Amino acid sequence: MIPPAFDYVRPASVDEAVRTLADAGEDAKVLAGGQSLLPLLRLRLAFPELVVDVGRIPELRGIREDAGTLVIGAMTSHHDVIRDPLVRRHAGLLAAATATVADPAVRHRGTLGGSLAHADPAGDLPAVVLALDATLIAVGPDGQRAIPAREFFVDYLQTALRPDELLVRVEIPSTEGWGFHYEKFQRVAQAWAVVGVAALVRRDDGHLAESRIGLTNMGSTPLRATSTEAALTGADAEPGAVARAAEAAAEGTHPSSDPSGSPEYRAHLARVLTRRAVLAALE
Amino acid sequence: MTEQIAEPEVGRSRLRKEDARLVTGQTNWTDNINVNGLLHLAILRSPMAHARIDRIDVAPARERPGVVAAFTGQDLAEGLGSLPCAWPVTEDIVLPDHPPIAVDEVRYAGDPVAVVVARDRYAAADALEAVEVDYTPLPPVLDLEAALAEDSPLVHSDKGTNRCYVWPLATGESYAAVRERADVVLKRRYLQQRLIPNAMEPRAVVVTPLAASGEYTVYSATQIPHILRIMLAVVTGIPEQKLRVIAPDVGGGFGSKLQVYGEEALALAVARRLGRPVKWTESRSEGYLATHHGRGMIQDIEIAATSEGRLLGLKVDLLADMGAYLMLVTPGIPILGAFMYPAIYKMDAYDFTCTGVFTTKTPTDAYRGAGRPEATYAIERIMDELAVELDLDPIELRRLNWIRHEEFPYTSIAGLTYDSGNYEAATDKALALFGYDKLRAEQADRNRRGDLVRLGIGVSTFTEMCGLAPSRVLRDLRYAAGGWEAASIRMLPTGKVEVVTGTSPHGQGHVTCWSQIAADVLGVPFEDIEVVHGDTRAAPQGMDTYGSRSLVVGGAAVHHAAQKVVEKARKVAAHLLEASEHDLEFTHGVFSVKGSPEARRTIQEVAFETFSSHDLPDGMEPTINAEHLVDPDNFSYPHGTHLCAVEVDTETGLTTIRSYVCVDDVGSVINPMIVEGQVHGGVAQGIAQALYEEAVYDDEGNLVSGTMADYLVPSAADLPEFVTDRTETPATSNPLGSKGVGESGTIASTPAVVNAIVDALRPLGVTEVRMPCTPQRVWEALRSARAADGSVRSGEEASA
Repeated sequence: MIPPAFDYVRPASVDEAVRTLADAGEDAKVLAGGQSLLPLLRLRLAFPELVVDVGRIPELRGIREDAGTLVIGAMTSHHDVIRDPLVRRHAGLLAAATATVADPAVRHRGTLGGSLAHADPAGDLPAVVLALDATLIAVGPDGQRAIPAREFFVDYLQTALRPDELLVRVEIPSTEGWGFHYEKFQRVAQAWAVVGVAALVRRDDGHLAESRIGLTNMGSTPLRATSTEAALTGADAEPGAVARAAEAAAEGTHPSSDPSGSPEYRAHLARVLTRRAVLAALE
Repeated sequence: MTEQIAEPEVGRSRLRKEDARLVTGQTNWTDNINVNGLLHLAILRSPMAHARIDRIDVAPARERPGVVAAFTGQDLAEGLGSLPCAWPVTEDIVLPDHPPIAVDEVRYAGDPVAVVVARDRYAAADALEAVEVDYTPLPPVLDLEAALAEDSPLVHSDKGTNRCYVWPLATGESYAAVRERADVVLKRRYLQQRLIPNAMEPRAVVVTPLAASGEYTVYSATQIPHILRIMLAVVTGIPEQKLRVIAPDVGGGFGSKLQVYGEEALALAVARRLGRPVKWTESRSEGYLATHHGRGMIQDIEIAATSEGRLLGLKVDLLADMGAYLMLVTPGIPILGAFMYPAIYKMDAYDFTCTGVFTTKTPTDAYRGAGRPEATYAIERIMDELAVELDLDPIELRRLNWIRHEEFPYTSIAGLTYDSGNYEAATDKALALFGYDKLRAEQADRNRRGDLVRLGIGVSTFTEMCGLAPSRVLRDLRYAAGGWEAASIRMLPTGKVEVVTGTSPHGQGHVTCWSQIAADVLGVPFEDIEVVHGDTRAAPQGMDTYGSRSLVVGGAAVHHAAQKVVEKARKVAAHLLEASEHDLEFTHGVFSVKGSPEARRTIQEVAFETFSSHDLPDGMEPTINAEHLVDPDNFSYPHGTHLCAVEVDTETGLTTIRSYVCVDDVGSVINPMIVEGQVHGGVAQGIAQALYEEAVYDDEGNLVSGTMADYLVPSAADLPEFVTDRTETPATSNPLGSKGVGESGTIASTPAVVNAIVDALRPLGVTEVRMPCTPQRVWEALRSARAADGSVRSGEEASA
């Protein structure tokens, strides 16, 4: 497959990247790990005039902790996210979900920021950062802007990023001590999730003090199962209560239809998988 | 000194000679070929399933940078005939014209409409977007039954019908009569979804012309260089002796490269027109549209039996999707299956009809198993249904009806003479490896407990016909060519050996296996043998590789040719040793005189003596090289028993294969490792049909599963660990005692998996799940069963 012709630049810093994007306007696309953009180019589904490769900007990589907040550079690879002890401690859900992304080759090249900025609702990580209540930090010509995850995903493959903004890092409040589980339902190992459920639970004795549930591929954006979250708040941490709450998991969702699943089937899966994910998170 | 070869080569798991090159990238795929001045073709394809081309203008594409030429179908029509169909199965078959590039009408999404030729493939791809085409949409023809209705739109309006042919076969007693006396008659409809072959290497073709002499070399990722040469001569009018076809390293085919493709003819036509070398390589998504598909059938099958479970008769009515055009063997694929519905079972009547139907979809043709997986699926599925109806264990029902080992050779109701087999032995071995009784006990326990995850056991006791094929049988089936195969052996002056084969390997390991066969007959070391193949100039005679034919026909030819070499060498050795030929023994490559072992000549010494020709018997031609062509007397009938245990999650519908046991009988084995690899790959492909793969079209006739993101090919991560074993009942139809193995895994495994799924869900009221048995389809089947039942069954109650 041959992509259409495009110009290519590889800025050395965030400032240079942002200037380049500002000059290019709507016709530029940022190339991160290339695991989504390159297939789109090769299938001639995207026609950017300029590809801005941010792969050699050192400040975009790396993971650190800052006063109980986990900070992950946008260009940090999935592979590095999975292996990092800080991620495991503060955002185990992210490590667990990232380990289910595609295959080892993709996980070595693909990046957290690239996956989020691509905003494919069938991707695993958008629903995960939504459940983690992450904040996405973008830099544009006017400086830095913090975008809460729940405002970041606007529509199918659309985010709150402006054309001249670059996603530089993801800030995740620590969920150390929370139970977590990512329940991914897929037809073959390398396929996208038919439906995925990211569950985070905080127990308080025998009760569920707080729970957050992100849904993958249940609409044009990643979603939170808010009805189930509400039903779980204060509920007994036992299978019956969880099952009852999970019955509401598909409320307010608008899943798509394809050969792997009708909207009705996806809604059914969301309920089953939410129950399983929450129970697994409680273990 | 001579090398003494202690143990025979045949039967050893020799590492493949091919692999060092393959795994270090020193391969010569067609797309790797580069020559000076090479131009690149890109093909514009119809975005519609069916449309009239009102206007097409390639002039804007010619203006694009790097573009050398651009052609419409009209531009190339002169000097390009119709693509061939070599298997017109009936006298009155509807045989539409099939231009390599559409001229006035497109008949499937992907039908070529224009060709752009450019200096590099980027420029060619970009320039495609400048071609202007105006289409008037015509109604698509998608459903096989609707296509046969009086008022259906037509794929080929000049033919007046979408019915391509009707091919009947009725043998034994009258089916109607045996049906009368049957206690049980079951009728089922099974759907064989369309599949996309997915060879690892996409198709590619390079044509280099020698303008002055009018000679052309065609490199193609093909399974059939010899047949392709003949057919390209016919299609383009280029004299056959001016065409050389080379199949370089070819990365898989599964039947998809058993074809004469429009792109091969187009590349040749453009190279001739421009006098320049050209290359075309398909992308994967282009291949999904334009490489032929497999399967695509509606099977109505009816079985009649006594209340004790003895089969009386079988009736099969098939609708087979030809797609838009008849390609090389399109109409014959379901006919290969026609003989296999009775499978390993004895019965009194068999009635088969196949109706070929045109649709506005990608043409279908051979895909691993070609007709036989479909037949095996239908008979093995309905045998399970009959077992349920009669309250018999599925194995017991099969035992009651299969041909017993002492009954071979046995002529099946369909008229095939099965030369050998032992279904009892293979089945007993498989049951033991599988732990059948223990699994049945666990299943019963889980059903009793109402487990949310049900266990199912699937059985498939299969045979198949392969090793294509006796030429006279092919004649009777109206196939245009014969089924022989050629081998020649060149004894080189230094004692090394070249085996020239007419088979055309594309992953099977012929170089290794033919070396093993020749090494044993000639008594030369395995390492001293090279195998030459896949080039019509270097290996001029051949019928190529498909239908699990290479070993049982081509390998047999190698065996016979090597024997001829030994007999010629014996004359030379006798002369040199001043002994009578009858007094010579030949063991491990050494001729010696009986009773005087010091009087000896190695075959290598004989080869050199023959080269020098200083002292040959009077009148002897100075060569011990030999050639042999085999035209087989019979097909090859591998068989086996495959057992599959699945766990089905009744909440999500997800099927997980828990264990898979296959005991195959492929007769005598040349290389056990290669046989094992064939079985693994074949079983994986059959499982893929059962669970994952389907070419899905929308209501407009667009291919929805157009990339590997939507067409799910399983990987190792999705497959269980296979337990493989063998029984060895030698074939009597070839000197090796071997049977074909290239397709048996695919043929056997699909019904084993689906039988297991239905077996798991039967207590919940499910009697059928359409392939591929996706989680959603399983879930829907469970939901329908619940609705039909009108009440929640105990299983769900227990789990709720």
